[in-house]
Amino acid sequence: MIAAIPTTQTPQLIPGTYIFDGRMAMKGYNLNRMCYSFNSADNRKKFKNFPEAYCHSYNLAPEQIHAVTDLDVLRLLQLGGNIYYLAKLTGIYGMTVQDLGAQQTGLSLDEFRAMLVAQA
Amino acid sequence: MARIIGALTSSHIPSIGNAISNGKQEDAYWKPFFDGYQPVLRWLEREKPDVAIVLYNDHGLNFFLNNLPTFAVGAASEYTTKDEGWGLPVFPPYKGYPEMSWHVIESLIAQDFDIAMCQEMAMDHAFINPMRLFWPTENPPAIKTIPVAINTVQFPLPRPARCYALGKAIGNAVASWPTEEKVVVIGTGGMSHQLDGERAGFINKKFDEMCMEALLNNPEKLAGFSSLELVREAGAQGAEIIMWLAARGALHGKVSRIHSSYHIPISNTAAGVLALANN
Repeated sequence: MIAAIPTTQTPQLIPGTYIFDGRMAMKGYNLNRMCYSFNSADNRKKFKNFPEAYCHSYNLAPEQIHAVTDLDVLRLLQLGGNIYYLAKLTGIYGMTVQDLGAQQTGLSLDEFRAMLVAQA
Repeated sequence: MARIIGALTSSHIPSIGNAISNGKQEDAYWKPFFDGYQPVLRWLEREKPDVAIVLYNDHGLNFFLNNLPTFAVGAASEYTTKDEGWGLPVFPPYKGYPEMSWHVIESLIAQDFDIAMCQEMAMDHAFINPMRLFWPTENPPAIKTIPVAINTVQFPLPRPARCYALGKAIGNAVASWPTEEKVVVIGTGGMSHQLDGERAGFINKKFDEMCMEALLNNPEKLAGFSSLELVREAGAQGAEIIMWLAARGALHGKVSRIHSSYHIPISNTAAGVLALANN
């Protein structure tokens, strides 16, 4: 069964930070379960060949499937994805955590790296 | 009676593993980071501990959200490594110490820490990378290990004060193990970093410096933070400092600093290593 995705968000107590609590865990269970399957090289290959079909086999909701195929990390977080599991999805496309950081902050990769160094 | 000779705490950033495998220790980017471990390696070479109790957090390799313990103690004769999904190397298993594991488990339960017990457990980069950093010449090293997993994936996380108390209880367990073995307690993760959200890339040098100091002289100060306060100050994944706090809790004697090193950034993270002696 495809889980209905609640439209409410857990309020952000810390700006720009998604706390993966029970509410998010309920929302993202199937999404995270799919990402957990990417610990297997066979499953990564199956996903890469037919991403949408693979998402359907884990009963992802339509908006989750869109976010997966767009590799839209913020959207995936809002839809219940946990970053440790999402990293296994983005890793399939060779994205590093710095690529993820750049995408989420709207910076270029060089700008994101410079921002990290500037905090030294 | 077994004796805890010290605590070693270290970042476990995934890219460290690839840097070691690719021999990048002397590269400009990596050199300051790896140089920070040299005094700790000399101490280990001198002290030659027999057992490492490793407090780490699983990142979705051994545990999934279907069945996620807050605290889990390994009781296996060996600990495998497995494909984590993004290209880190898989190694021969690390050596366990099931007899002592069961002693630790029995002691923890007797001290009201109702932990999960695992006779099979696959280790991810949070265990592997610090082991490779501290024992760089042999992988896996000869030292016997007891992994202790702490949940940092799913909120609510265990309170920092509870992690500190877990460390104290582990210290008690070691003190009642009837051998003359030397034990080192390792806490992995941190320091400040955040991978997810619009605040990705957040680092807090001042807070990390406070942690280094508090872990030496005033661990109760760090134990007084809530999990959310840790996330706010150290970043979403910087909350991994609870493993450092747990490791510090295991030191019951007079604690002194052997060495510390701090470097920004490795990957998205403020990388730190702290070695404390327990006398």
